[in-house]
Amino acid sequence: MGLLDKQFEDGNIVITSIDNLLNWARLSSLWQMQFGLACCAIEMMAASASHFDMMRFGVIPRATPRQSDVIIISGTVSMKMAIRIKKLYEQMAEPRYVISMGSCSNSGGPYWKYGYSVLKGVDRIIPVDVYVPGCPPRPDALLEGLMRLQEKIRKESRVKKNVEGLIQPAPKVEAV
Amino acid sequence: MNANEIHDRIKDRFPDGIVEFKIDATVDPFIVVRPELIRDIAVFLSSDPELKFDYLMSISGMDYNDGNLGVVYHISSMEKRHRITLKVKLPKTDAQVPSVESIWKTANWHERESFDLFGIVFQGHPDMRRILLPDDWEGNPLRKDYKAQEYYHGMKVPY
Amino acid sequence: MAELRTEEMVLNMGPQHPSTHGVLRVELVVDGEVVVDAIPHIGYLHRCFEKHAEALNYQQIVPYCDRMDYLGSMNNDHAYVLGVEKLLNIQVPERVEYIRVIMAEFQRIASHLVSIGTYGLDIGAFTPFLFCFRDREMILDLFEMTCGARLLYNYMWPGGLSHDLPAGFVEKARAFIKHFRPAMKELNDLLSYNEIFVKRTANVGVLPADIAINYGASGPTLRGSGVKWDLRKCEPYSVYNKFDWDIVVGTGEMGTLGDCWDRYMVKVWEIEQSLRIIEQALDTLPEGDVQAAIPKRVRPPVGEVYVRSESPRGELAYYIVSDGSQKPYRVKGRAPSFSNLSLLPEISRGYLIADMIAIIGSVDITLGDVDR
Repeated sequence: MGLLDKQFEDGNIVITSIDNLLNWARLSSLWQMQFGLACCAIEMMAASASHFDMMRFGVIPRATPRQSDVIIISGTVSMKMAIRIKKLYEQMAEPRYVISMGSCSNSGGPYWKYGYSVLKGVDRIIPVDVYVPGCPPRPDALLEGLMRLQEKIRKESRVKKNVEGLIQPAPKVEAV
Repeated sequence: MNANEIHDRIKDRFPDGIVEFKIDATVDPFIVVRPELIRDIAVFLSSDPELKFDYLMSISGMDYNDGNLGVVYHISSMEKRHRITLKVKLPKTDAQVPSVESIWKTANWHERESFDLFGIVFQGHPDMRRILLPDDWEGNPLRKDYKAQEYYHGMKVPY
Repeated sequence: MAELRTEEMVLNMGPQHPSTHGVLRVELVVDGEVVVDAIPHIGYLHRCFEKHAEALNYQQIVPYCDRMDYLGSMNNDHAYVLGVEKLLNIQVPERVEYIRVIMAEFQRIASHLVSIGTYGLDIGAFTPFLFCFRDREMILDLFEMTCGARLLYNYMWPGGLSHDLPAGFVEKARAFIKHFRPAMKELNDLLSYNEIFVKRTANVGVLPADIAINYGASGPTLRGSGVKWDLRKCEPYSVYNKFDWDIVVGTGEMGTLGDCWDRYMVKVWEIEQSLRIIEQALDTLPEGDVQAAIPKRVRPPVGEVYVRSESPRGELAYYIVSDGSQKPYRVKGRAPSFSNLSLLPEISRGYLIADMIAIIGSVDITLGDVDR
């Protein structure tokens, strides 16, 4: 932990910026929404099971959007589901992050041409922080994506507003 | 029982119900029947002690691209270990066929699927709604002349 | 007390719900805690398999078959390529069929492990999930060393296979079987005969055999009700008739015949049968070139075929219509989960809301298979 080591020399006092502290807290306990869509969800399950153990990053699956910080869009987003995903995203508390896992949610994947009922990329309805490529991505790739997200959170700032690429406006979708 | 015997048995009971019967090497044997009789034939097939077709494997919609839609029924008998394919052909302008839901319950969802993707209406079906696509979707995607709509609730449909 | 009724309430479960195994939505009509009716709503993962099949070449469809039932990819491929080969009327070398059977059975074990693990997870046991995924990873390693993919393989091609077995596969497969048999016993001690687990699943969601057949149920869902029906034996395809194994059926050991425990336990017992098939296939694996029969161009004559096979979830069939061109005129995937799920209302009426979790889990659906 870059924040804590070598800083205990003066007894029990840690000196850091408020940004650092908040970011450290946020990136170390990214609670994930327990929510699987398709094939990638199986790899997501594998990532949280024995071999890959996603929980060591502080990622704990939560069954409700209200308690979660990150939503992993793991699989094909159909038009029918897109409306629900938008709703789920809106129910999450700020700050909220989105990992788009797999080709389907990145861009429609193998269904981009003939998939009439497939949404071609989840970034058409909600802003995405990290894209993980692959069909399906290996659990290692998902972990890499997670670490990229942590890096991104580490660079966030409460003081400096609008750091490039941090705040994206959500694309417009008609309410149902 | 083989396909010939099954065909003969249906022919005995419904002399003018069969439109076409085809049996050759590259094709699974199938019987084309008149659509308005499909329900009666299904009742006969499932209740006849020699046939006992108790298991409806699948119902597939078809678009023959010649102005006709079709429904293909794959049925088998677990007890007698035989199977047969039934087909009906329907004009695209008036695609209606009696439902077999009351004989094989599994037809309920399969017929809804054909309704959803082909727009074939099954008369007497208790719950004729779309099943896979949203209720407010336009068109029947598996028809050969289908063009996807541009937008669905503000989301672009084509890439 | 029997006449005491409250106003009925509609409770929505899903599409985002941790125990619906994907994006299934069930509309529950409840009277207090008792389920009066359960109406499944599907289609949240409709990926237009049949539209893709009409637009692509025969070989190009194989990856889409993979993605239909993503837990049983090998089985999906197997059924599809058998259908295309039947249309083309080609004989594949025996080695190909043996390897296909080995892969399909490994896939069945992997799929059942996910099903068993997540079923435990639904009912509140976390450890079996970790056990199951630990062993499943070993199977995925075998797949990975064969074709480079963990989940979706594109391994079986019309006429052959994409790769032959790599060096060391047979030894590794045998080592896995040696490790896995005791692990299964451990799992049984931990979960299957666990008092709490039995209490949650026995006598819940009872499915009588005649209703199961009428609803077109197949696979463990049908066999859990005591019907001895397995397409690998009843309508043998590939080389299944060369191996010695048994069809396992539910016995009603813990409660009523056809309850959730039976449906669960059939999967556990089936794993042992799959191991038996794999062992025999490894012992008698013939030599040959796995790509010898792959046609340069797949262009079947006009015709149609309905090919049935036994996937981990039941009868998986493809209805392939050829018009003589390089693209099929129509491919319909008959998905086992689709028919199995349609009987959900029948087996959930009269049980408690908490039992719904056990019932949905025991039917063992894959939403990719339901919606295609």
